[in-house]
Amino acid sequence: TVRDEGAQPVIAASVQVQGTTKGVLTDTKGQFTIEVPSDAILVVTSLGYQSQTFKAQRTLDITLKAASTSLNDVVVIGYGTSRRKEVTGAIAVVSSKDFQKGSITTPEQLIAGKVAGVSIAGNSGSPGAGSTVRIRGSVSLNASNDPLYVVDGVPLNGNNIYGASNPLSTINPNDIESMTVLKDAASTAIYGSRASNGVIIITTRKGAAGKPVFNFSTQYSAGKVTRELPVLSADQFRKYVTSLDTVGHTFVDMMGNASTDWQKEIFHAAQGTDNNLSISGSLKHMPYRVSVGYLNQEGIVKTDRLARQSVGVSLSPRFFDDHLKVDVNLKGSLSQARFANGGAVSAAMYFDPTQPVHATSPFGNYYEWATIEPNGDINLNKVAPRNPVALLDLYRNTSNVSRSYGNVQFDYKFHFLPELHANLNLGYDVAKGSGHEIVPAYAAQNWLDTGRNTQYANKVSNQVAEFYLNYTKDLRSIKSNINVTAGYGYYNNLETKYNFPFIRYNGDTVPNTQPKYPYDKPQTRLLSYYGRLIYTFNQKYILAASLRTDGSSRFGPDDRWGLFPSVALTWRVNQEAFLKDAKVLSDLKLRLSYGVTGNQDGIDPYAYQANYAFSDNSSKVQFGNTWYNMASPAAYDAHLKWEQTASSNIGLDYGFLDNRISGAIDVYYKKTKDLLNVIPIPAGSNFNSVILTNVGNVTNKGAEFSINASPIRTKHVQWNIGFNVAYNDNTITNLTAVNDPSFHGTANANGIQINSVGYQINAFYVYRQLYDKAGKPIEGVFEDLNHDGVINQDDLYHYKSPNARYIYGFSTDLTVDRWSLNTVLRANTGNYMYNGLQVGSIQANSLNPLGYLANSLDNVLYTGFVNGQKLSDYYVQNASFLRMDNLGIGYDAGAVFNRKVGLRLNANVQNVFVITKYKGQDPELIGGSGAGMDFTVYPRPRTYSIGANLRF
Amino acid sequence: CAKDLNLQPVNSNTADKQYSTAQGYKEVLAKVYGGYSLVSSTGVGNSDISVPGLGSDKGPSDFLRALFNVNELTTDEAVCAWNDADLQSLHNLNWASSNLYVNLLYARSLFQITVCNELIRESSDEKITARGFTGADADNIRHYRAEARFLRAYQYWVLMDVYGNPPFVTDKDPIGKFIPPQITRADLFTYIETELKAIDADLVPARQNEYARADQAAAWALLARMYLNAAVYTGQEHYTDAIAYANKVISAGYKLVPKYASLFQADNNLPANTEVILPIAYDASNSGNYGGTTFLICSAHTADAAECKAAGIPGGGWLGNRTTEKIPQLFADQSGKTDARAMFQGDKQAIDNVLTFTDGWRVNKFSNIASDGTIPYSPNGVLVNTDFPLFRLAEMYLIYAEAVKRGGAGGDAATALLYMNKLRERAYGNANGNFTSFTVDDVLSERGREMCWEMCRRTDLIRFGKFTGSTYLWPWKGGVKAGAGVDARFNLLPIPSSEIIANPHLHQNQGY
Repeated sequence: TVRDEGAQPVIAASVQVQGTTKGVLTDTKGQFTIEVPSDAILVVTSLGYQSQTFKAQRTLDITLKAASTSLNDVVVIGYGTSRRKEVTGAIAVVSSKDFQKGSITTPEQLIAGKVAGVSIAGNSGSPGAGSTVRIRGSVSLNASNDPLYVVDGVPLNGNNIYGASNPLSTINPNDIESMTVLKDAASTAIYGSRASNGVIIITTRKGAAGKPVFNFSTQYSAGKVTRELPVLSADQFRKYVTSLDTVGHTFVDMMGNASTDWQKEIFHAAQGTDNNLSISGSLKHMPYRVSVGYLNQEGIVKTDRLARQSVGVSLSPRFFDDHLKVDVNLKGSLSQARFANGGAVSAAMYFDPTQPVHATSPFGNYYEWATIEPNGDINLNKVAPRNPVALLDLYRNTSNVSRSYGNVQFDYKFHFLPELHANLNLGYDVAKGSGHEIVPAYAAQNWLDTGRNTQYANKVSNQVAEFYLNYTKDLRSIKSNINVTAGYGYYNNLETKYNFPFIRYNGDTVPNTQPKYPYDKPQTRLLSYYGRLIYTFNQKYILAASLRTDGSSRFGPDDRWGLFPSVALTWRVNQEAFLKDAKVLSDLKLRLSYGVTGNQDGIDPYAYQANYAFSDNSSKVQFGNTWYNMASPAAYDAHLKWEQTASSNIGLDYGFLDNRISGAIDVYYKKTKDLLNVIPIPAGSNFNSVILTNVGNVTNKGAEFSINASPIRTKHVQWNIGFNVAYNDNTITNLTAVNDPSFHGTANANGIQINSVGYQINAFYVYRQLYDKAGKPIEGVFEDLNHDGVINQDDLYHYKSPNARYIYGFSTDLTVDRWSLNTVLRANTGNYMYNGLQVGSIQANSLNPLGYLANSLDNVLYTGFVNGQKLSDYYVQNASFLRMDNLGIGYDAGAVFNRKVGLRLNANVQNVFVITKYKGQDPELIGGSGAGMDFTVYPRPRTYSIGANLRF
Repeated sequence: CAKDLNLQPVNSNTADKQYSTAQGYKEVLAKVYGGYSLVSSTGVGNSDISVPGLGSDKGPSDFLRALFNVNELTTDEAVCAWNDADLQSLHNLNWASSNLYVNLLYARSLFQITVCNELIRESSDEKITARGFTGADADNIRHYRAEARFLRAYQYWVLMDVYGNPPFVTDKDPIGKFIPPQITRADLFTYIETELKAIDADLVPARQNEYARADQAAAWALLARMYLNAAVYTGQEHYTDAIAYANKVISAGYKLVPKYASLFQADNNLPANTEVILPIAYDASNSGNYGGTTFLICSAHTADAAECKAAGIPGGGWLGNRTTEKIPQLFADQSGKTDARAMFQGDKQAIDNVLTFTDGWRVNKFSNIASDGTIPYSPNGVLVNTDFPLFRLAEMYLIYAEAVKRGGAGGDAATALLYMNKLRERAYGNANGNFTSFTVDDVLSERGREMCWEMCRRTDLIRFGKFTGSTYLWPWKGGVKAGAGVDARFNLLPIPSSEIIANPHLHQNQGY
């Protein structure tokens, strides 16, 4: 019988005869039977436990120890694996037992709060919208800041798939075994030019030896809005309008008699189910795992929903006495989504609460701001907000996405030279997304176009081929071990974007919207050569060095090859004689590393080329009686090249009391140069006023601390705690080709943020608001910072930034007999947010001169502002927060149904609470308007879920 | 294997491929013109230029709209109700170098210049020969080249007129990271003058080119306009030259159209339009643009269905621009019944609040109605088909009259009076409004009546010394209802602040 430390049976633990492929799995009581020679050694392994070796006996009672801190764990690193105790880089592994729980639709949410220095912030509350992931802060101003995802050795390209709100939403989190975050250059440089933003390696679940084991999990969830935006109620609004409109009563007369809570009208309780079934076992010598998943998730905005069917197959046959290992991973998913009209949420904030949802009207009997003339002419007020309910009901945007990705990996251990491995990994990722947007002709939202029936579609086809040789040899005579890898990689990414005409609801094509070309096919390629040497002396000193060179089709022939080296030194201090006897200390390791990585993703594939593009059919020029398509030269920088980040890292891994307490401390310094940066250029020098070029330096420096501890580990009670904190500070150190101290910086398109030398990325650039004695902001009165008597752009100042200085994560789980309790909390401090919704809450919007009324946040009653003051620092608000991401309870019912089925039950609450001073909806949403700009208001729900897991 | 990294976009051409045919040249010529008739090559939602503060609505980056904001909104001819601080500061005459609209016109003009430079570079005689063009093809390419030089000169005139001392970049300079030097207003005057004269032989003769392409008369018209204002640009008067070039245009065979309103209607591209020397052509479905005449028409109307229909924009009505009372007051009878150019509508002439659209009369001179009273096709009832007369004969008459009054030689007072009265006779339908004599100030008033919203007003007021200072006030000049004098620095717009940063060779205009 195999039990855990809590004396509970361990189900489906693998019991294998050492040196053979013979093995069985334990049953639901933790029992197993196996016939073996009497001198056989049995190896017992199970996910989440330390593996143990026993001499075969007639009866065996085995207690497995929880494995969270085993120093012998295998850690996946780029192009190979390493034992945890020998890892040379800043690497964090989160395995499935430590994943966040509850209703989770995209993989990155699994590790939110779990890894120091990794910020994972939701994009929106829409199902599948995913998160923005930042490892050790943002580096790039214009290229991508997203980490590289590597799934089973295959780097994913970040292509958008039309109809999928996030490409990661097509990956079923239930198929994931572990996620490994590579943070410093020593660990990422082997990924070269795509590694500057860190690397997240996703390992999917594989089959295990033994009889087939079925695992079925099901979950039902319901989400609701945590709180509505504080808009004026109908009565407040009436009072407000009446108090201001004392002459003429134009606005008073516009008010209706209804009392509508528009937010109530557009939100609902979002239900969802997530069901997963997997079978894993072994067919002769071939472990396999097959899984299917079905997710159906509504959004809290009515009409928004996502359904996903996924299937995963993993086969791991072994040949020639394990000399040839083959791993096949195939994943496929189909998803169907309906997207709510994104404008409905803000319309619900602005729409006049005194108007009814429905009224007799030519707009499908929804109330709209319009007048009907006696002669029947319809005067729709085109600038007024649209009825939020009509925006949802009359907008039908549905998509279908199919995606398949996978790889076949051959690892051959040479017969004549077993120290040498050859590894070939062939991967693919194909996806097709398409959708329709349908709006009836009578809907006010597409009134001018008389409705729409339009399409969108694209295809993605990526191939990866990698081959490497690895040679590992123990040289006992000189107490050394060498591990050498050399390889080649080929990456081809092709997207096909289809173009469609604008078709009205009645099927008419709007003239000249027929696309000039039926599709566009942007393509990029990357060729790579890489090598790595790990030299270990006396199991104490480890030197690791890697070198990668990447050639990218994004750059011109003279600039396309980049060289990315790294070197790391590791000293396993606890192996030294003077510490060997210190029983309390189980691990102490000092790591030093330096490396250079690159970044090129997120920029146009052909930005270095001088090309002429043909204009659309709606953009032609008349000569005589003929309309000509224009051939337009595109702006280009012929000498575009890699963005480069040089990083240094000093780290310390520690473990005490048999690693019951363990963790790491890291300090790093990253300097990025040749930023891929869109900068204003002298007018007349190129075919635009801005150009993408390599200008600018940014530094990021920071420190991270993490600790994991198991304060109680008894038969009946286990308690684990994880805590991490990270500090990061980024500073722009240069932005111009020639040093120019008078250069203020590059303003963001929103006009509120600026990138300036000496300040953080995306710092706010605003006027300093002045306040009256009661502490109320005075409209339009700002401090004259340069004392020249006028308030103009010279009085703008840098005030805070959206970047958090400190990011905290805290997880704990407590198991008492069959019950378990877990929670995850996260906090950010030092981050500020521009409250864009409050900016729009002004009298001039409410009593709008353009012939309609609009609601405001109740902030308008406080400020009394008449006109917009968008550059006031009053709206830049402290968005530090503490959030309980998750609170869950589990019950292990043990073996039920004739003791054949293992049953676990769980209940979770997500987004339990947020403590913040921020006055907007959510202090953390990153959304579409850019970091720190709060205009995105699709709120994140609080989700309650219950689930069951059956194993048989 | 490394060759795998040479990838090309599927839907674009390299320069060599683009210029391998005469048709290819003409497509680039289309972009040269499209630089001022459109916001982008990819529809209304994109823009050729990206300047800080330009949001998702790219309409303001259109040339004509940018020119309206700078040349009309700053004067007695226009105010705007849109609550946008940068827009308001134009009419208030207190703009700063960071002003979005200051930047948009600047960036748009220099964008068109850059595209012109590219075509000029690629159509040198050596390149024409090297690419094997002969005969009519080679001649056509030479015409294209001359037209690109004309449009470049035109945009340099805009920059000289508005910003004074812009950067200077020609086809001799490379594309890339070149930093253009600054040119003085006087040197630029000489350059434009030289260019316009140099291209005369290569331009198509007056009235012989395809519709909406520049010919010799366009270059003469620009020279006439520039000479009239020469004293502002260089301190040297060139009234004699102004008369000479106005004469050249006038004697080329242009005729006033009988009906003033038909100049600004949806089908003003018809051959019946004998007055326009060079239009910017717009079309609701072939060349959509939320600037241009779509902006002029839509922004000048309420959302009222009947009013919008009457203007030919059933989906329009943007509640933006009106005129101050100074322009209606130029007419003795403001109803339009006597002088057909009094084309206004509205209930309240005075502007108590700039942001109240119904304060102030709307200018309904431009419309999207065809001469037969119908509304031509528009995909959304917003985009219009009306072309804009960039140069027309009436202006040449006014230049002639003013230059003669100001002492220019080569003309005579009788002809000047005759030209003034030709405009008035058309407007009145008879000789009742004719002048027996006129002063130079009468020419300014006549321009207010004849050329309203045709992007001349700021230039005219400056030439008459009435733009800054307090000799002439109009409602909300200087930001106060009664009007207030403003500093003389506003006679020039500043170089945009972002450009001062990007181009270290530039010095800011005085006072900014």
